[in-house]
Amino acid sequence: MTLEAGLPTHLDALEAESIEILRETAASFERPVMMYSIGKDSSVLLHLARKAFYPSKIPFPLLHVDTTYKFREMIAFRDKTAEDYGFELIRHTNIEGVRDGINPFDHGSAYTDIMKTQALRQALTEGQYDAAIGGARRDEEKSRAKERVFSHRNAQYAWDPKNQRPELWRTYNTRIAKGESMRVFPLSNWTELDIWTYIYAEEIPIVPLYFAAKRPVVERSGTLIMVDDDRIPLEPGETPREEMVRFRTLGCYPLTGAIKSNAETLPQIIMEMNLARTSEREGRLIDSDQAASMEKKKQEGYF
Amino acid sequence: MDMLADFPRTDAEIATWLEQQTHKSILRFLTCGSVDDGKSTLIGRLLYDSQLILDDQLAALKNESRNRTTGEEGLDFSLLVDGLAAEREQGITIDVAYRFFTTDKRKFIVADTPGHEQYTRNMATGASTADLGLVLIDARKGVLTQTRRHTFILSLLGVRHVVLVVNKIDLVDYSEERFREIEAEYRAFADTLGFETLEALPVSALKGDNIVLPSENTPWHKGPQLVPYLEDIEVASDQAALPFRFAVQWVNRASLDFRGFSGTIASGSIAVGDEVLVAASRIPAKIKRIVTMDGDHETASAGAAVTLVLDREIDISRGDVLTKPGETPEFSNQFQARVVWMNESPAIPGRTYLLKVGSQTVPATLTNLKHRINVNTLEQSAARHLELNEVGTVTIATDKPVTFDSYADNPLTGGFILIDRISNATLGAGTIDFGLRRAQNLTYQSFDVTRDVRAEQKGQNPKIVWFTGLSGSGKSTVANLVEKRITAEGKHTYVLDGDNVRHGLNKDLGFTDDDRVENIRRVAEVAKLMADAGLIVLVSFISPFRNERRMAREIAGDIEFVEVFVDTPLEVCEARDPKGLYARARKGEIKNFTGIDSPFEPPERADLVLPGAEAEPEELADQLYHRLFG
Repeated sequence: MTLEAGLPTHLDALEAESIEILRETAASFERPVMMYSIGKDSSVLLHLARKAFYPSKIPFPLLHVDTTYKFREMIAFRDKTAEDYGFELIRHTNIEGVRDGINPFDHGSAYTDIMKTQALRQALTEGQYDAAIGGARRDEEKSRAKERVFSHRNAQYAWDPKNQRPELWRTYNTRIAKGESMRVFPLSNWTELDIWTYIYAEEIPIVPLYFAAKRPVVERSGTLIMVDDDRIPLEPGETPREEMVRFRTLGCYPLTGAIKSNAETLPQIIMEMNLARTSEREGRLIDSDQAASMEKKKQEGYF
Repeated sequence: MDMLADFPRTDAEIATWLEQQTHKSILRFLTCGSVDDGKSTLIGRLLYDSQLILDDQLAALKNESRNRTTGEEGLDFSLLVDGLAAEREQGITIDVAYRFFTTDKRKFIVADTPGHEQYTRNMATGASTADLGLVLIDARKGVLTQTRRHTFILSLLGVRHVVLVVNKIDLVDYSEERFREIEAEYRAFADTLGFETLEALPVSALKGDNIVLPSENTPWHKGPQLVPYLEDIEVASDQAALPFRFAVQWVNRASLDFRGFSGTIASGSIAVGDEVLVAASRIPAKIKRIVTMDGDHETASAGAAVTLVLDREIDISRGDVLTKPGETPEFSNQFQARVVWMNESPAIPGRTYLLKVGSQTVPATLTNLKHRINVNTLEQSAARHLELNEVGTVTIATDKPVTFDSYADNPLTGGFILIDRISNATLGAGTIDFGLRRAQNLTYQSFDVTRDVRAEQKGQNPKIVWFTGLSGSGKSTVANLVEKRITAEGKHTYVLDGDNVRHGLNKDLGFTDDDRVENIRRVAEVAKLMADAGLIVLVSFISPFRNERRMAREIAGDIEFVEVFVDTPLEVCEARDPKGLYARARKGEIKNFTGIDSPFEPPERADLVLPGAEAEPEELADQLYHRLFG
């Protein structure tokens, strides 16, 4: 932390805990990889990884699962960040999905499964990674509240919530059998507010889409969708309109709802977040299917 | 705790508010109590009252709360925290869930742990990182067996602060008398466990009494309310005042010129120029730099994740602990500890596991189970093994010495986990009482006449040939043939046979799992002594478990160990039935008979597999002879 000297704060404690987890991962696994989704949590994770191994470079690659429908600004940010910090970036796209023309407009949840879940599995299998570091937080969603920091996955990448290893102190059991893998969550104990205050305190770069700006949007079932390129089919009579909007979470542009906002600075975003009183994952359309949908997705190998 | 009510609006106010957010302290606490005491409701209430329930969650909650017991708000708060689908169906919490809420003063991390008897392990898990334990009691039921159990586990894991929440006080008409009665009974028990602070509060989580504001229903209660109490309690254990401990996690070799040691300072503090010691080798060095990405530091203390650069090249790797002269930790290969067992497969003395303490991972044997502790009465009783959720005092011997402190002195360097060597499951957690000094002083008698001398005299290489296989598979037949052949060649041998040993050395042992482990341990030690005397030892034992065969191999140490699996199918062995044992086992006259009602775990990597049903014993003996003497 760059703040003035004094007693360690909760952010110092969270930072140190995350760094310890990242170092433990690097020391305990043969082929770790860090999931890089380009969002604000990924930005924090990347920042922590740079701190953990400084002055060495991050000793594992970053993996971005590219569905081909990410916001263009995300891709630009990703490539610039990789260049600025000089980490190894692996981009993976499910080629079969692209070949079959799988898209978020016509294929709904099959799109998420094929272009995200299956693509992730392909990438993990191809890279033979034995540990995948992710930015998930326990405060995001009910089933994540029970996730371990080092979360064991069987050879099919599935999570068994009833058979989790007890995790005591900071003594992590990192052992796995051949073919199995570990998901590692260094941000487990961070909340959304912690993430934002840390980004503020440490001046961490994030994708500009988090800040309000005039952007072309269409409204669908009450959700504002940004028209990021011409692949989004417009309904008859539908024309994109310019609105001051921003995004609370980032993903595939056709699946990510924008919110109307005038928050153009970090403090304004943080203030707005506390007043908005709507939880973060609501912007992600994939979760609203059913109450236990996240737990189900995790059992199938989704992050 | 109006965290958001006066939320700043102007840029200047926001800046001040943000500054405040970066300066909060953190309190980790866990909630424990028996089923239905209302833990989840209490946590839900804390989240609700700190206005952390968001609009969409609230709508979903209202919907789900229909047909359930609710407070004035029409909400069943427990639904907020009972995360897993299975839990919602059963209406209980079955795993540790972590929850977060924040006030202007503090960030809170709450571990919600189950009250079921069979899930003690989850409570121990939650307690291991908690500063404070919140023990819930249903005012109608009072102190229960589980209350005692949970309070004991809090003390076992070194939690120093306890809040007794006498919940559902509304259901006893806010009776002061009932509250005092419960408090007195609880204190009588808890006072023996030496907590630093203990506060009792009359609460209704459902109705909100004494959560944030003083309740009008309990005018007799002069003490604090729950949330203000949690905001203000001082729990900083002052790890920084303890001796310096720094476990090396990762060696940072950024360039040819940079070699640093990355880790988190577990306790104490360090400054550039300080002399440090490697705890194991006692090699000294001075701190040259304290490196972080935010710049070098002059000092660093407990909790900081840093990279240390020393003034000279010394041999340090992951697992090493840096300390200061005059305040070194224990360094021993034997210690006494208390263990909470967390797996269905029981802890059996003699078994080997992997032990992880700090960043050190070593094979370790549970050498002795001194006693089991009844967690309800705290009485000690003799035991031969520890079952799931049982607590015992044990001695543990590690393959090589490890660095540690007693848990009471330093929880971060005195707690360990035990890991299964095959499944990699976390089997148990332990807190070290003390190192057994004897281990430090005990050196093996060394004599001038060594194994090599004795082997040379006999003109042979001593070795242990370990036969494993079902009863009737042909182990002893093959061992006998090989022994005859090599004895004829002038070599010195001995056959240790299961039946013979069981008539003498091991006649006190039966066929339970515990006894089988001890049986193999003794035989492995005898085989080692014989090999040390220069003999070629042939051991013919069913030895059905992988763990014990591996133990035998480890006991053998640097003596050549050849595992021979006589692989004869059960049907064939049973048809042979040379001693009529299978027939008796089938009739139920013999219990725990391998292959019938006790498992045989075939070796995964035997040095030699002899197909017992496919070849004559002479041919098998020939194969083995060539494997041994080429």
